[in-house]
This record gives sequence, structure tokens and C-alpha cells, in this order.
Amino acid sequence: MTAPEDGHDGPDLKTTPLDALHRELGAKMVPFAGYAMPVQYEGIMAEHLHTRAAAGLFDVSHMGQALLTGADPAAAMETLVPGDIAGLAPGHTRYTLLTNDAGGIRDDLMVTRREGDLFLVVNAACKEADFAHIAGALAGRAELRPLDRALLALQGPAAAAVMARLAPALAQAAFMSFAEVELLGIPCFVTRSGYTGEDGYEISVPPDRAEDLARHLLDQDEVAPVGLGARDSLRLEAGLCLYGSDIDTTTTPIEAGLTWTIGQRRRAEGGFPGAEVILGQIAAGVARRRVGLRPDGRAPARAHTPVTDGAGTVIGEVTSGGFGPSVGGPVAMGYVATAQAKAGTPVAFQVRGKHLPGQVVKLPFTTHRYFKG
Amino acid sequence: MSDTYYTRDHEWIRVDGDIGTVGISEYAQEQLGDVVFVELPEPGKAFDQGDEAAVVESVKAASEIYAPITGAVVEANGDLDDDPSKVNADAEGDGWFFRMTVADPAELEDMMDGNAYKAYVAELDD
Repeated sequence: MTAPEDGHDGPDLKTTPLDALHRELGAKMVPFAGYAMPVQYEGIMAEHLHTRAAAGLFDVSHMGQALLTGADPAAAMETLVPGDIAGLAPGHTRYTLLTNDAGGIRDDLMVTRREGDLFLVVNAACKEADFAHIAGALAGRAELRPLDRALLALQGPAAAAVMARLAPALAQAAFMSFAEVELLGIPCFVTRSGYTGEDGYEISVPPDRAEDLARHLLDQDEVAPVGLGARDSLRLEAGLCLYGSDIDTTTTPIEAGLTWTIGQRRRAEGGFPGAEVILGQIAAGVARRRVGLRPDGRAPARAHTPVTDGAGTVIGEVTSGGFGPSVGGPVAMGYVATAQAKAGTPVAFQVRGKHLPGQVVKLPFTTHRYFKG
Repeated sequence: MSDTYYTRDHEWIRVDGDIGTVGISEYAQEQLGDVVFVELPEPGKAFDQGDEAAVVESVKAASEIYAPITGAVVEANGDLDDDPSKVNADAEGDGWFFRMTVADPAELEDMMDGNAYKAYVAELDD
């Protein structure tokens, strides 16, 4: 048997403030974006299903966190992203994209408006490049200050009840809202957001207190630790993009189905990298689109699997694919030619020399259950 | 009387007369995690030792299974189509993959027996 390509964690890897806790919990540690990270504890299937049924605790401390300060950091940030940041009220969070001049995506990120500054959370694998890009592009206008903080995600239908025990007001906080709250006396940044399609929170916490908070959350009956393996299957079922797989510098926000992240004012005014390409695509359409893909049988269609039409002509490629534990079968997403992007279009997946039948489906595979207040 | 032999790639073959039953080891299923699909060879398919013979898919990834010896497939474990998790539940029993002929019994002599495999796996975990 070929061994799964997890690799082993080694001395060259960075660790998160929860490293000792992961090992104590029996996690299988793997290298990810330069960090030793837990890929699973009890097992991906069980952790995935537990998150959808109760609550999962994820360590995502490898992600990059920073503050953007200056006279008008929102206006400055808008020169780098197509999202409406100036229109974001303090205490609110928005998903947006760092674009390049060709309209491609450098990274996806969360931007929170605080009183007087912006709080940014970017992908682990991109954080050094992102921070250099932002600091360089905005030099003289705004200052980027990377934060040394851990990041925990508490996700699932029981997350609100668990958080209410620590800070009752958080149960009523709306999806994509932000609050600075003391949890167990620890000063935290809490956003009601996540990467699973479930209700939940992301909690930024000082590194030296992260383990105290994580242990307390894990002591709650509803909460189990969840690794990166289930994080990936959860976000795939939720139809959420993985940077580097589903979106990258060769895909545009319009092709990726992320047009909704571009506010009306930004469409009218432009003024972000690649605006000409991106606004042109909004007006004229695109040749390919990101769609949900569902193989009919049990065999998963993984990333890079060619997608064909009924005649065997290649019309696209899977960018993320695997088994969806909540769906109970294989799920995937990828890009196909716009003419074949309608839900219900029959397609085939070229897997190991076979043509496995399937179809284009609407995303997400599992209904989002965000708390809208 | 049957004997079980193991490969360095974590397949096992249990030989009874001139037929061998093939699967993956308990260690292998633990490494894979939850098995969600197994692609099995058709009866009649002939393999040389070391050929790709089957594919096992976990939630995370696909792994190839190699023919431990030269021979032809006589039966595939159809139960795995309906319940691939049998590989996790009983890797060296009900979770078998296929049965094949033993073309060259000498090939078995170079493989590990249960005790040698146990020692081999213990070293991998160090």
C-alpha cells in the first residue's frame, strides 16, 4: 500500500501554543504550512459528524493575524481588496480577497473593523507574503502590525450554548460580528464566523493563555477536539473555497463564484487590483465557473480529476474532492465551462482510466446554519 | 492449515492450498483512517508481484494496494462495495480485498511472517 502523504512532523516545524495539548490528546500531527498541526484525534469521520451534531474545537493558530492602523486604514485596505471595507461598521467582519493586477486571487481573508483599526486574519501558507504585500503597498498610508496570538475556532450547533457560559452576550451576537470580550478573564477577540458552514466563533487569544481557554472549552460536554482533516471535509461540504486549491492567482473572483464579495460601490468605483478584468467579467461573463460536483457512485473524485461532458470532452477539473461524511457520499467542487455549469448537467470524472458518471450540483452540499440574530 | 505473509507495503496474504486471500494490515487501516471506498479487481485479472491491484480511499486520500504475489484474481470481496468500513473494523478478517491464485509459491518465502511484520511495524513507529 502506498502510505498516505501526510509526512511526519519534525524539528524544523513551527508549533502552535497548543502543541503540547494536541499531543496529550493523542492527535496525529502532520506538517501543514510550516507548522506541526493536528490532522485528526479520534478520526476524521467522527470529528466531522460531531461538529455538525454538537461542537468542535479547532486550533487554527497557524493562520496570520494582524492589525492595520493609520489615518484611514479602511480606505487604504480598499486599494488592495474589492470588498466594501469603508462601509463596514465597527464591530463587523467581512470576507474579502487580496487580488492581483490580472484579477487573480492572492489570498482570501477576514477583515474586521474595530474602532480605529482593522483586524485581519489571513491563510497560514500566505501570511508572510500577504503581510509583506500589504505593508509594502500601503507604506506611508497605513501600518501593518502582525499579532502574536493563538486562534481557536469553536464550531457547531452547540457552540452558542457553550460560549454563553463564558460570556452570555455572545449567544446573541450575529454572524460576522466582532467583540472584544474577556473569557475566563482572558482578553479575546471573538468573531461569529467559521469555516464549517455551522454556527460558531473564531477566538483570537494571547498565546500564553490559549491552552487554558482550550482546556476549559474541551471540558464542556458538547465539545470535542477536531483536526485539519475534518476541517477540510466540513468546509468542502459547506462549499467554502480552500486557497491554493479552489482559488489562486490564476482564478478570478467572478470565475470562483465570489462576485457577492464585491460591494455595489466597489463595482461602480473600481480602484482595486485587477478591477478592469474583474469588472469586465461581471459585465461580459466568464468562460468557466466554480461549481459543486457530485459523483453518482461511492468513489471520490479528488483534486485535479479531469471533468468531461457526456461525449468525453474535457470541460474542466476538480479542485477539491473527497468524501462528505454528512452527505454520506463523495462530494467535490471544481471549474467547468460556463455552458455546462448549470445544476443538473451530467458530467463524468476521469478516475484511474474510468469515466465515473456524476452531475453538476448547487453548493453548498450541507445547508449553512449561521446565526443571523 | 493456512499461513499469513506480509509485505513491506502492509498487504497481507493468507494462503490456503493454491489460493491466497489478500488484504491490508491492521497497521495500514489505522494509518488510513476511515475507509470510504475500495476499488477491487475483476475476477480473471492477472497480476505480477508488485502490480497495482486495488485502490483504497479514506476520507483524506487514495492509496494503491499492490499484488503481494504473481497470480490471477478468482474472487473480489463484494461486501466492501456496500460497507467499505469493514476494512477498518476487521482489516485482517472480514475486510479482505480479493482472492488470487498462487502462481509461484517461492515468492512467499521472501515475505514476512506475522512476528517479523510486527517487529517491522514497531520500527516504523519509532
